[in-house]
Amino acid sequence: MSDRQITYLQAFNEGLRQIMAADPDVFVAGEDVGRTGGVFHSFDGLFDHFGGRRMVDTPISEQAIIGLGIGAAVVGLRPVVDLMFMDFVLVAMDQIANQAAKLKYMFGGNAKLPMTITTNGGAGLSAGAQHSQSLEAMLCHVPGLKVVMPSTPYDMKGLLTACVRDDNPTVIVKHKKMLGSKGPVPEELYEIPLGSAAITRAGIDVTLVSYSRMAVECLAAAETLAAEGVECEVIDLRTVAPIDLDTVLTSARKTNRIVVVHEAVRTGGLGAELAAQIQEQAFDHLDAPVARVGAPFSPVPFSPTLESSYVPDAARIADEIRATLHRPAPGSIS
Amino acid sequence: MSPSPETVKDLHERMVRIRFFEEAAGRLFEANRIPGFIHLYVGQEAIASGVCVALRDDDQITSTHRGHGHLVAKGGDLNKMMAELMGKATGYCQGKGGSMHICDLDLNMLGANGIVGGGVPIAVGAGFANKYRGNDTVSVAFFGDGTTNIGAFHEAANMAASLQLPVLFVCENNEYAEYTPRETTMAIKDVVERAAAYGMPGVVVDGMDAIAVHEATTQALQTVRAGEGPSFLECKTYRYYNHHGIQTLGMKYRSDDEVEEWKGRDAIVALERVMADDDIATRFEIDAIRASVQAEVDAAIEFAEASPMPEPAALLDNVTTETLR
Repeated sequence: MSDRQITYLQAFNEGLRQIMAADPDVFVAGEDVGRTGGVFHSFDGLFDHFGGRRMVDTPISEQAIIGLGIGAAVVGLRPVVDLMFMDFVLVAMDQIANQAAKLKYMFGGNAKLPMTITTNGGAGLSAGAQHSQSLEAMLCHVPGLKVVMPSTPYDMKGLLTACVRDDNPTVIVKHKKMLGSKGPVPEELYEIPLGSAAITRAGIDVTLVSYSRMAVECLAAAETLAAEGVECEVIDLRTVAPIDLDTVLTSARKTNRIVVVHEAVRTGGLGAELAAQIQEQAFDHLDAPVARVGAPFSPVPFSPTLESSYVPDAARIADEIRATLHRPAPGSIS
Repeated sequence: MSPSPETVKDLHERMVRIRFFEEAAGRLFEANRIPGFIHLYVGQEAIASGVCVALRDDDQITSTHRGHGHLVAKGGDLNKMMAELMGKATGYCQGKGGSMHICDLDLNMLGANGIVGGGVPIAVGAGFANKYRGNDTVSVAFFGDGTTNIGAFHEAANMAASLQLPVLFVCENNEYAEYTPRETTMAIKDVVERAAAYGMPGVVVDGMDAIAVHEATTQALQTVRAGEGPSFLECKTYRYYNHHGIQTLGMKYRSDDEVEEWKGRDAIVALERVMADDDIATRFEIDAIRASVQAEVDAAIEFAEASPMPEPAALLDNVTTETLR
């Protein structure tokens, strides 16, 4: 692994620049992606480097942005289309779910759709209920889409490369609160296969399954529990569709206890899907019900105090781990 | 400028092919030999034919839920079409798509579409790719009057105009959005007025006159192909059958007199009159074309009927490029 440290956002930007340099069929279209470089600076410098032909500023038209990508992909280009906030996925859902996701299947396999949707999800910036959501469960519910939610700069670059090179429609979600987080990233372009989870900490007592920013919180919770003598195994799914179930089940059969953690609301979330899959395929190995940590079933609140009690964190994850192990919290009277 | 005799014959033959295919599909649907829904194109043949005859093979089109006519006009294989309508493994989409998702990417027909307005942004995307590659290929979005009330249409039209993309918007105004007359859903006289809002040229064409549609398309394509941005055609037309299925008369939302009036202006009959009057083809030659197309349609039915249904094992093929198990 390289010892060069860059941010999550720089990893995205650098990866995209290298992908575009290597493949003239790749272009980017979206709101403010060109001259401005994107509202989160995701595309800084790319307009100067590649010009307006390949860095295309579009109207505020999410349906037409995705449609632009679909039409261009179906005739052989490799578009990257940007939705400024993950919440705006809902504005474009017909083009995403009824068109992009289904074309290949409906056309009997005759279409190839190498389109990547890039977007920014997650809470923590007091952006309110329409600019903070984690809507991955909606996307994962649609057959035909691949959905990627990296938690480190290294994964960001490698997974972005895999998304753009994939011949299926993919969605890669940056977490807005992690844009400045740093980590080691090789300078050269590399690819992390889609659908492969990473075991980011090995343990034997309980498995934490997570992705995106919560994968980082899980590592912090595991550190806390280690001080209490509990060895957590932490799995970062990285790709949430398709899910690397083999890695999850192997760990479940080893530790016999699972806590699934995501920032999205618990109700109808990926935790529910994972809990079902695990009990269907590893029921006899479980020593406790699969536990879930997620946001409560409400819109994301605006006020910082409300928002911080809404978004799960390492402390809440640690509590859930203790509960699944039937262990009292340190200092509590049991 | 009148089109060459060859062009007129081409227009005619494509219209007849659409008409006979659709009439056959309607009968098969009524006999429960075609499952699902069917939205017949009968009555509107002059538009698909008029536009597609004016296109090059490399030009792309997107279509609608009423999409058989567009694929036939682009040169679609009737065997594969009929087989797809019947849900057979030999169909265009191996039975995965059906009437509303029929497509032929080799012919640059990028698909019928079950969502009203769904195909228009995709046509704009194809147009973007043509400009990106620096070629002079154009894309055509076919859609109905009802589509111009949905947001995707407006986003796509504005996108094409603001990025100056080589896209031709072809509105087939058959005056009804499913079962609702246009005047109750639109406060403008002509749909083409909407083109002006996006700064694109637009004209109204008699959609029952294949030569007029061909001529207007040829005109519009001159600027579109030259990279001067998108253009818009509103073709006034009528569908003889109900929105769905094969009923023609006795509908609550339109009068029988109206249907008969439009049928009296039938585009195929009108063109055949021109062909005979202008010595482009004799009645005998016209009958021979009709007979040969009918034989083609009959053969397609035979092919489709004899074809196998898809194997259940194919169910999960092509959800993505990797087969899921």
